[in-house]
Amino acid sequence: MTNPTQGDQLADLLRGDADELIRRWVGLAASSLRGRMTEAELDRELREFFAVLVDALSTGSRDIKDDAYADARVLLEELSRTRARLGFSPSETAVGVFALKRAVFELIERRGNDGFREVIALSSLLDDLGLWTFEFYSRTREEIITEQSEQLLELTTPVVKLWDGVLAVPLVGTLDSARTQVVMEKLLEALVESGAEQAIIDITGVLAVDTQVAQHLLKTVMAARLMGAECTISGIRPQIAQTIVGLGIEFGDITTKASLADALLHALRRAGVDVVRRRNQAV
Amino acid sequence: MTSPAGERKELPIRRDDDVVRVRQLVRSYAQQAKLSLVDQTKLVTATSELARNTLTYGGGGVADVEIVADTRRRGVRASFIDEGPGIADVELAFTDGWTSGKGLGLGLSGARRLVDEFNLTTEVGRGTTVTVTKWGR
Repeated sequence: MTNPTQGDQLADLLRGDADELIRRWVGLAASSLRGRMTEAELDRELREFFAVLVDALSTGSRDIKDDAYADARVLLEELSRTRARLGFSPSETAVGVFALKRAVFELIERRGNDGFREVIALSSLLDDLGLWTFEFYSRTREEIITEQSEQLLELTTPVVKLWDGVLAVPLVGTLDSARTQVVMEKLLEALVESGAEQAIIDITGVLAVDTQVAQHLLKTVMAARLMGAECTISGIRPQIAQTIVGLGIEFGDITTKASLADALLHALRRAGVDVVRRRNQAV
Repeated sequence: MTSPAGERKELPIRRDDDVVRVRQLVRSYAQQAKLSLVDQTKLVTATSELARNTLTYGGGGVADVEIVADTRRRGVRASFIDEGPGIADVELAFTDGWTSGKGLGLGLSGARRLVDEFNLTTEVGRGTTVTVTKWGR
């Protein structure tokens, strides 16, 4: 696809009517953005990209993965990122690139047919660039999702007080390193603040306990112990128990209970509280 | 032997949350293959170990998960393929409590105990492939 003469022609074509093209391009792109960006911003963005694109084209290369297009790719990535953050859809993002095609087509039409081959070449090139923005757009979206899940992580690990001197951390979902770190910090802080000597980590909502999760749990329990608190792990369901045995994980002398209720009763007893049923109460 | 309706999917393992994605895929396949809750959990845990090994020791790779069937039962097979440093001493790697990293040293040996079929091929400098299968009963 590399043909230096053609490359120059295409670059010349764009360069020759640069101002007119950019103005039309900005106009087309702006109509799809519906005022979420000012035309001045758009103009600056597209003008910058236009210059870089023409430079790349004039090298004769028609492959957007070439080094010649490195700057163009970076600019598009930047553009996609801004759009994603502003809440634009992928098509609204890509249309910004595709709009240049329409501007060029219109220009060619006015001039007659002699630029047709260049148009085809430019057309497929712009498609590629458009797709590049797509790809980067979705990557940024994933980053946003990751950020949100990190924020969620902060929210979903509350330390609750069950009784005077008895704290509990109900864990739900996936327990990874980051999450455990948060859990551990929160629990240890709460232990200091409340002076509690009993802590219950409830894993009823944890879907699977693998060696990493187990290791995290063990570390948390150890840390709590160093602070003088006794930790119980509760909510170990039958399938989890069998899996832990299968893996060969030793929980050592850590107290584990099947349910949170059992763990609470255990913690209360250790704290010197007796729970008794009223004598005349029907069961 | 793959059943005609056997589903199959390949997932990359490049980051921590990819491990979670592999786990979710395996869980959904295990449910489709009608594995019992205990077997589901065992398989999910084993694949979680292996996916994390691929990430931590293999430097990333892919997980290839499929629903398999023979004449009388269905199951789930998962392969973890990396092009990392490989395992120099396989026997040592299978020793409970031995780790070259910071883990508990139970992942590989534990995973083997949790599944029905376990196959490991490794070549130093070329990479490691672990394939596990869990059958329904």
